[in-house]
Amino acid sequence: MTTTPSALFKRYWPVAAFVLLAVLPYSGITIPGLFDGPINSPGALQVLALCLVFGGLAAGYDLLFGRTGLLSFGHALYFALGVYGTDILITKYGYPLPLAALLAVLFATTVATALGAVALRVHGIAFSMVTLAFGQVGAILVARDPGGLTGGEEGLSLDASGLPDALVGVVNTVNLYWLALAYLTLVVVVLHRVAQSPTGRVFAGLRDDERRIGVLGLDPYRFKLVSFTLSSSLAALGGVVYLLLAAGASPHVASSDLTLTLLVMVVLGGPGTRFGPVLGGVLFTYLDHRLTDLGSSGAVDSLPGVLAGPLSQPLFVLGTIFILAVYFFPGGLAGLGTRLTALRRSVTPAPRP
Amino acid sequence: MSTIVLMTVTGLGLAALYFLVASGLSLVFGLADVLNFAHGLFLSVGAYATWWAAGNLPGAGPDGWGFVLAVAFGVVAGTVVAALVELVMIRPLYSRTIEQVLVTVGLSLAGVAALQAGFGADPRPFPRPSWTQDVVTLAGARVPLDRLLLIVAAVVVLGLLLAFLRWTRYGLIIRAGVENREMVTALGIDVRKAFTLVFAIGGAAAALAGALSGVYFGSVSPTSGASLLIFAFIVVVIGGMGSVSGSAVAAVAVGLLQQFVNYYGTSGAGDICVVALLAVVLLWRPAGLAGKAATA
Repeated sequence: MTTTPSALFKRYWPVAAFVLLAVLPYSGITIPGLFDGPINSPGALQVLALCLVFGGLAAGYDLLFGRTGLLSFGHALYFALGVYGTDILITKYGYPLPLAALLAVLFATTVATALGAVALRVHGIAFSMVTLAFGQVGAILVARDPGGLTGGEEGLSLDASGLPDALVGVVNTVNLYWLALAYLTLVVVVLHRVAQSPTGRVFAGLRDDERRIGVLGLDPYRFKLVSFTLSSSLAALGGVVYLLLAAGASPHVASSDLTLTLLVMVVLGGPGTRFGPVLGGVLFTYLDHRLTDLGSSGAVDSLPGVLAGPLSQPLFVLGTIFILAVYFFPGGLAGLGTRLTALRRSVTPAPRP
Repeated sequence: MSTIVLMTVTGLGLAALYFLVASGLSLVFGLADVLNFAHGLFLSVGAYATWWAAGNLPGAGPDGWGFVLAVAFGVVAGTVVAALVELVMIRPLYSRTIEQVLVTVGLSLAGVAALQAGFGADPRPFPRPSWTQDVVTLAGARVPLDRLLLIVAAVVVLGLLLAFLRWTRYGLIIRAGVENREMVTALGIDVRKAFTLVFAIGGAAAALAGALSGVYFGSVSPTSGASLLIFAFIVVVIGGMGSVSGSAVAAVAVGLLQQFVNYYGTSGAGDICVVALLAVVLLWRPAGLAGKAATA
């Protein structure tokens, strides 16, 4: 097997991308239009870190949706358990960060196993509705503030005194950025390993035809539960990173809207592909931030009134893009390359033999 | 005693709202297999159209026949939006269930954002006729009239829907389609016309629920549809998808349970009990109370 440069690139570009992202904070270049300050300013790094976290979350959600074929509307619950669980243990009970994070992720995994065991007894859309209902319990609990734990509508800001110094303060945003990158890398590596394993092939089989897996003598229920639990614990871990990044928890993280945005990210990026969901998560989060900035700036106000109103709402723009993507780009961004290649082949005449 | 009567009537009023949202959702799902996340948008459209009409439409107003006209305008707006959504957005994706769900998800996100852009994110005070705030004495309890209005409206809609499903030709097609769509298609009947009809009916019921929820809560906000929608989903699953009468029974159960537990337990416990009820029903009868069988 010859290793041409292009083959090398094909094989190792994820590593190259990782190295590039890891050294990005050392460059002080300014990209006008993309970010307000230089790329290693705390503001830009904060946005980038948020993008990376949501890239990881979307990839974890895709383990359920794109790789196992389970459409869950309650993923926000496990993310929120990671966020609020860690926050409560640190702020209310004074636990050190590693222990609090570990306990929160373990708790979220346990809850996911129990609730998944119930929800997976029904199939298809009924499963989606049941997960939606379970997720809603989380949102209600957070909003009702049981025992003064969650802070209700106000949210619960993180008590920074118990945290390692390296993770506190605007100057140390770069460490949070690396943490977010580490999380994303972990998710991608875990998902890649799973996809290569026999279990991953069973997941793909479940997505394509569940009955066939049953005929082969494997128990679909158990495999779906494994997928559900793994995906949920990855979401909880993402919650820990998000908590450190946002320096607090807000009720939004438990809402069904968060799950819906994860779904939008995955579909935009390309469900079931290796990097599509990551790309979708990063782009969506970035656009959400950027459009919010643009909406509050004067750029949109100069448009006529009919356009200016909706365009100042990021979710209107993103929702519309999403609907168009469902119609015209079913494979998402990741499928775009193959479609373009096919298009180019069809317009250029075939070489004569 | 009077507390129990009041709680029962309030619970039934809530159940009436759930039923109005859930009946359309249930029919749409039973017939077309579409889990419609945009259903909450139809509700918000109905609420905002009623609110707008009461202030701006000539002849309409916040009282008497003017209010009836305003509500009628809201219901028509909801019906038109629902039928358009089906024709323009759902129909091209016929029999691609997941894509249809995704489109309604996108629509619900974009629609709520559009309403926020048009009317602001804050709740707007809703014009309600003054008589809905009066009370009547019922079995020793002083019951506000708006709850009775909700119950009467839901019972009328239930009666109309059941009569429509039982005695009209299209009702027959819908009932047959819920049971076995392939067979109906094979017999040479265009089920897709029935899809549009079911969407329109669902949109009308949801818009009515929007207008009435405005009367009940006293305000409308862009997100009011979404919070009712989740409980309507629960009602649909408990009642059995595709069954109108199942939705009615489940709505009453959910409304009463939620109201009583929230009153006698801590606030929020009722909502959690409802989800527990859902889990119990699913473990006991995975197809819901009525199963996916008869609609009438």
